[in-house]
Amino acid sequence: MSPHDHTDDHTHDHHHGDAAGHDHTTFQPDIKEPSEDWEFLEIALRELLIEKGVLSAREIQDEIEAWENKSPEGGARIVARAWTDDAYRQRLLADGNAAVGELGFTVEALKLVALENTETLHHMVVCTLCSCYPRPLLGVPPLWYKSREYRSRTVREPRAVLKEFGTELPVTTEVRVVDSTADCRYLVIPRRPEGTEGLSETALAALVSRDSMIGTAEAFSSDGKRNIL
Amino acid sequence: MTGPHTIGETVRVSAGLPPGHVRTPLFLRGRTGVGIRHFGDFPNPERLAYGLSGLPKLHLYQVLFRMDEAWADEAGKEGVEDGAYAPGDTVAADIYETWLEPL
Repeated sequence: MSPHDHTDDHTHDHHHGDAAGHDHTTFQPDIKEPSEDWEFLEIALRELLIEKGVLSAREIQDEIEAWENKSPEGGARIVARAWTDDAYRQRLLADGNAAVGELGFTVEALKLVALENTETLHHMVVCTLCSCYPRPLLGVPPLWYKSREYRSRTVREPRAVLKEFGTELPVTTEVRVVDSTADCRYLVIPRRPEGTEGLSETALAALVSRDSMIGTAEAFSSDGKRNIL
Repeated sequence: MTGPHTIGETVRVSAGLPPGHVRTPLFLRGRTGVGIRHFGDFPNPERLAYGLSGLPKLHLYQVLFRMDEAWADEAGKEGVEDGAYAPGDTVAADIYETWLEPL
């Protein structure tokens, strides 16, 4: 038979030029059955809550949607206010929960701590134990924030990680990695870009990127471009 | 009420390896740092994780470690030479009072 005559019983021993030795009869299932303990626990809890009338399926979806609709624009508003109103900045540093409450944000059951970046001190937030993140202010965390790479490397080689985010700081600036290990959630107040004295609070908020509030980057420069140091 | 430790105090993180849910990162066990902030008291997460009340509450501190102290065994100066961190860089973590020993 010819090398690619597939009309026989398919017991050929050649390869097709792709990864060797794959089984043509095995496919990924369309729906993966739950296998992990937490998956069973989530399903059991959700079904019980619905069955017992504690929550409806719609209420659960609404809550998920509400959390997914939160975005870093919230945090950016807070930072822009801190940049323009020194009394607010001081209240934010002294009592984060109360200060973000003034702008309509609620951080429940956790202590919100604002960390101010300066010329000599740069904060960078990580959660080495899991993926703690100030979701009420920044929304759903980026996938990289939850990755093992970011979580393990940030405390071990912060400057190498910063470089991969395009952020290079002078050695005279202390890079302080803040590991969110317990009941605090951290919001970084990036440095206010130069040449922004005349900008409105709204225009300033547009310069405050998500990454600048995690501390992997600086705020955008006054023309909205990435700040390259 | 600021608990058993004071700001600026040098403290050592317990090197213990207890089983169960703990919130003290492994890489800081046995390391020496400085308490830089007291956050108040919070229910003990090691008990909350098992459905208990978490009472009495524990004082929570932010402790600051030098990078070359945190990684003294495996990195030291090489960390600086590799560009992993600069000599003045630090890592801060939130640690409950039961994990901290005065020096």
